[in-house]
Amino acid sequence: MSERVLIIGAGQAGMQLAVSLREDGFTGSVTLIGEEPHGPYQRPPLSKAFLSGESDEESLELRSPAFYVENNIVVISDEQVVEVRWDAAHGTAVTSTGRLIPFDKLALTTGSSPRRLSIEGSELDGVLYLRDMADAKNLKRRWDKAEHVVVVGGGFIGLEVAAVARKAGKTVTVLEAADRLIARAVSETTSEFYRAAHERRGTRVRLGASISRFVGDGTKVTGVELDGGEVIPADIIMVGIGVIARGELATQLGLETVNGAIVVDSHARTSDPRVVAAGDAVLLPHPLTGDGQVRVESVQNAVDQAKLAAKTIMGGADEYRAVPWFWSDQADLKLQIAGLSNGYDATVLRGNPDDEKFSVLYYRAGRLIAIDSVNDVLDYMAVRKALGNGQTIPADQASDTSVALKTLVQD
Amino acid sequence: MPNVTYIQPDGKEITIEARDGDSVMETAVRNGVKGIIAECGGACACATCHVFVDETFMDKVGGPGDLEDDMLDGAAENRTDCSRLSCQIKMNAGLDGLRVRIASEQV
Ligand SMILES: Cc1cc2nc3c(=O)[nH]c(=O)nc-3n(C[C@H](O)[C@H](O)[C@H](O)COP(=O)(O)OP(=O)(O)OC[C@H]3O[C@@H](n4cnc5c(N)ncnc54)[C@H](O)[C@@H]3O)c2cc1C
Ligand code: FES
Repeated sequence: MSERVLIIGAGQAGMQLAVSLREDGFTGSVTLIGEEPHGPYQRPPLSKAFLSGESDEESLELRSPAFYVENNIVVISDEQVVEVRWDAAHGTAVTSTGRLIPFDKLALTTGSSPRRLSIEGSELDGVLYLRDMADAKNLKRRWDKAEHVVVVGGGFIGLEVAAVARKAGKTVTVLEAADRLIARAVSETTSEFYRAAHERRGTRVRLGASISRFVGDGTKVTGVELDGGEVIPADIIMVGIGVIARGELATQLGLETVNGAIVVDSHARTSDPRVVAAGDAVLLPHPLTGDGQVRVESVQNAVDQAKLAAKTIMGGADEYRAVPWFWSDQADLKLQIAGLSNGYDATVLRGNPDDEKFSVLYYRAGRLIAIDSVNDVLDYMAVRKALGNGQTIPADQASDTSVALKTLVQD
Repeated sequence: MPNVTYIQPDGKEITIEARDGDSVMETAVRNGVKGIIAECGGACACATCHVFVDETFMDKVGGPGDLEDDMLDGAAENRTDCSRLSCQIKMNAGLDGLRVRIASEQV
């Protein structure tokens, strides 16, 4: 009997896993199930081109419905998997409509969900999150009428929304609890650059902000009250304070998880060899060094891990090794990141942040581990290539901006 | 709706009717045209959607913007004067009949 693969979570990773199985010649059945009312689509534009109106829903679709049919991939939408279990011979998934789906191998690509705030007023209408198309539509529906936008959380998604709002002429305030923006992902230099750049464009950035409650008129939110009593008016509050991995089903199966994140090995296998997992939902060995475990929330990670998970399902033994990379578009600023800067002990700055074109290279024990580039594609591409080759660029050479980084990287 | 023809590195051709306003990349990826990888989904951040535009269309399509130009320098297959990132070319009636050759290497 041919093998049946069930992929739970029809997002970036789930779609890639299904497609890769077919590309690699898998002949069993492939079923991709997702709870959202439509097939897999791209999330990154939700806080960028989709919000600003430069792209529409259909253009975000990752593959046309006909593509799945032609490739013999069964896509089930608008149905949540509420239970998974292993019976003697095979596994069974139970969906929200009561449907039973049998499988021989399982892939969990369930993604993550936004961390919620629970303070006084957080249930008021107009307090919004942004993870999926439904959230984005909800935000857009209120967008034109909103004059005052408050963003809670100075991470990538919050800052992207702030940039779109400011460009549309709204009054925008970003409230960040930490003492700098995007603190978990970038160096102080990059954080400080973004604070100044957003302020130059007319957004107010409040660091070390401590929110006491959201205020409203009984149903709708009207503002944010800070400790000390100051109230900032708001028609919309966009909360972007990070995500939580969706490991509920993994827990049901008794798989190892850490804070909800599904633990996988370098083959994208969970603690049960019949189950693979990929994307935002997993905790994986460091993709470049294998040293320690990380969570990586990016399209690159979802795609590359899913490709490997497909190979593992088909009996392959490849190990995951990929240069992590990421981008964030805020106003006319293109941030590109390659590598993971966690644990860096030195940085090299190339270019001048005041020119809105520069890069920060990160080093650990003398070795190049990552780069953040703002509007500086050439340096970014050079470092991405170096990391892919397992090469370093000595810090003293990298700090000489008269030399193009590209010339220091082997082909 | 405007047609666009993709030419694979091995010479195979496929013609697809594009939606007005969709990029040459989106049209390819959604319909499963092989060879355009588009890892970043059109954000001009990955250079894995590299194509060579048919010379006769170069005037209508135009050259790359600044960021795109730099990205093309880092593309896997060496660029030429006809190189573009296909995510940055939006289809419209004026581009009906467009022909692009897909780069043989994208990553
Ligand atoms: C607004 C926004 C902007 C972003 N910008 C960028 C960017 O610029 N660059 C970048 O690299 N990354 C960006 N990201 C992150 C990127 O989109 C994610 O890392 C990527 O989508 C992760 O893919 P995934 O498949 O793991 O999860 P998802 O794409 O979230 O897919 C998971 C899917 O599983 C479904 N699901 C979960 N549980 C169940 C269940 N029990 N039954 C059925 N279905 C289920 C969910 O509904 C969801 O559709 C952004 C994300 C957001 C939200
Ligand atoms: S799709 Fe990434 S640059 Fe075109």
